[in-house]
Amino acid sequence: MTVETQQLPFDKQYVSQFSEKRNEPKWMTDLRVNALEQADALPMPKPDKTKIDKWNFSRFKHEAEGQTISSLEELPQKIQSFLDTEKQDQNLVIQRNHTVAYSSLSQDLKDKGVVFTDIFTALSEHSELVQKYYMTDGVMVDENRLTALHAALMNGGVFVYVPKNVVIEEPIQSIFWQEDDEAALYNHILVVAEEGSSVTYVENYISDNEAEETVANIVTEVIAKGNAKVSFGAVDNFAKGTTTYVNRRGVAERDAQIQWALGQMNDGNTVSENVTYLMGDGAHANAKTVTVGRGEQKQNFTAKIVHYGKDTDGYILQHGVMKESASSIFNGIGKIENGASKSNAEQESRVLMLSDKARGDANPILLIEEDDVTAGHAASVGRVDPVQLYYLMSRGIPQHEAERLVIHGFLAPVVNQLPIEAVKNQLRDVIERKVY
Amino acid sequence: MAGSTLEIKDLHVEIEGKQILKGVNLTINGGEFHAVMGPNGTGKSTLASAIMGHPKYEITGGSIHLDGKDVLEMEVDERAQAGLFLAMQYPSEISGVTNSDFLRSSINSRREEGDEINLMKFIKEMDGNMDELEMDKNMAQRYLNEGFSGGEKKRNEILQLMMLKPEIAILDEIDSGLDIDALKVVSKGINKMRDEAFGCLIITHYQRLLDYITPDKVHVMMQGRVVKSGGPELAKRLEEEGYDWIKQELGIEDETVGQEA
Ligand SMILES: Nc1ncnc2c1ncn2[C@@H]1O[C@H](COP(=O)(O)OP(=O)(O)O)[C@@H](O)[C@H]1O
Ligand SMILES: [Mg+2]
Repeated sequence: MTVETQQLPFDKQYVSQFSEKRNEPKWMTDLRVNALEQADALPMPKPDKTKIDKWNFSRFKHEAEGQTISSLEELPQKIQSFLDTEKQDQNLVIQRNHTVAYSSLSQDLKDKGVVFTDIFTALSEHSELVQKYYMTDGVMVDENRLTALHAALMNGGVFVYVPKNVVIEEPIQSIFWQEDDEAALYNHILVVAEEGSSVTYVENYISDNEAEETVANIVTEVIAKGNAKVSFGAVDNFAKGTTTYVNRRGVAERDAQIQWALGQMNDGNTVSENVTYLMGDGAHANAKTVTVGRGEQKQNFTAKIVHYGKDTDGYILQHGVMKESASSIFNGIGKIENGASKSNAEQESRVLMLSDKARGDANPILLIEEDDVTAGHAASVGRVDPVQLYYLMSRGIPQHEAERLVIHGFLAPVVNQLPIEAVKNQLRDVIERKVY
Repeated sequence: MAGSTLEIKDLHVEIEGKQILKGVNLTINGGEFHAVMGPNGTGKSTLASAIMGHPKYEITGGSIHLDGKDVLEMEVDERAQAGLFLAMQYPSEISGVTNSDFLRSSINSRREEGDEINLMKFIKEMDGNMDELEMDKNMAQRYLNEGFSGGEKKRNEILQLMMLKPEIAILDEIDSGLDIDALKVVSKGINKMRDEAFGCLIITHYQRLLDYITPDKVHVMMQGRVVKSGGPELAKRLEEEGYDWIKQELGIEDETVGQEA
């Protein structure tokens, strides 16, 4: 067999036992077993211009416990720094390896019917609700081998449910800490915002495994019903040893809005797909993503918005900084389907190269099947503009600091959109660490 | 003597292989306001850019000294730290960097580490200067020059001048794109800087700025050289008669660079 079908040490028996051990509803056990059966026959994902056949998707530990905590002070400082620990009544889930270490939701939100729990609790307490949206409208089990493996091996994640017309002011936050160097996160995040509701969700992925190899195979599905508003922020910061395949998918119904702000700061090889379907008329999506590539790291980023509804609006921004021998492909895709008249697709992909050995490709693509639309794209790959540096330096700012300002400014669109001050600062720190 | 002295001697400058400045001589002392005038394309911005160290301009001859120190040996930031400032004709736009963060970094770059400007003091000073320049307060939090109108950019350059308090400032076409009210406001800001320690080189191709800021010395540039110098009366005569009489006097047909007499 080719490497493409890297054999996994997981069979049907393992998967169904894993499911039964967690008292999962039968539909979930069936879904897992079915997915596993399909996986072998499905092709690997084929990211444009990035060869992933030698990447590690098979060596990892599928189950790893983590310690629970009773107060946030028990966490190490590096994890605490992602949190606003002063705040009472947090809306927060902390997952440590595959254990829910901490989980809280304000009484007010509970009273309003909001659900924010780890995915296993959701499966036992809200089975029907989860079943309705789990890999049905967003990511399909059989899209490729990795989505099928995700479905079979899902071992963590959260469920967010916002009832009709409930507007949540405070952000909801998850921390996914891969504390065990070999623990694989097959995380599933499901966010369902009912009609007229509004929620802001932020997540962080953290690990330290430099040499030890593992896998993160993450699926996120955001369902925004009519007129709902979902703002989704993330800082991904897996260490070098983790190979990541992350799929973040949004479905926006009539007049709904989905806003993505993704700080994709992994140090390992990464394939990231962020796709939003604008199903209903008047739906709106805004997908902003920034990244810094360093070392030998290879990454492939797709940001795609598909317009089905009339009068829909899609805006994609991808900014990447490439240093050392890092290489990244940025695919920005705006697709307007036949019938999606009066729609607008805009995209901007820009790559700043800090080294001669780095590689960055910006591929803006517009696929338009409808006449009565507007669309535009801008793409550039280049160095820090010497005239900008001259301007900053002419005020006394040393070259190194001037470059720092330009780079932080270049990555600011995502930093600024993150709703939690601590997370903003963390992203700034990660950028600082990765660039210098 | 108070203030600094900027001494430019026989300066020759090329851009992309094309000779632009062909021997400029100019000395500015603290306390003096000089005006460099001349039609478009005569090398005024080239002079300003060469003094500040713009990466595209190559110095092929001559010297620039600030208080005896060789400016041409300095990096751009060192020139600023030595006391030079250039209000640019076309300031860069820098996305994601707020005006206020930029200004604070600029001020701190001229101070010792550990002696950074107090945040409250900084805000108070910036607010005061913005009031003076009749700038909208939200400009402090906007990204540096991004989406600023022509007039807003000019005011922002003068705001930086007022905050950074250089020894010698060069103002390149600070009046272009300003209506008469804005011109008055900006001139007021510049005049406020006037003291015996501050030297200023005002570059303009209109005389009208000099109605509000009276220069001590006026120089006319043509074909990449200073072709005439005088007092404020020279500016007045230029306003009344234009540049033609100088061209006639010197036998110049086309005053722009590259057109030899
Ligand atoms: N980037 C450039 N490449 C080639 N020539 C240039 C460039 N910039 C300016 N020049 C030339 O230098 C001359 C002087 O320009 P400049 O110093 O900007 O004049 P001024 O400020 O007096 O209008 C112009 O006439 C133009 O021909
Ligand atoms: Mg000019």
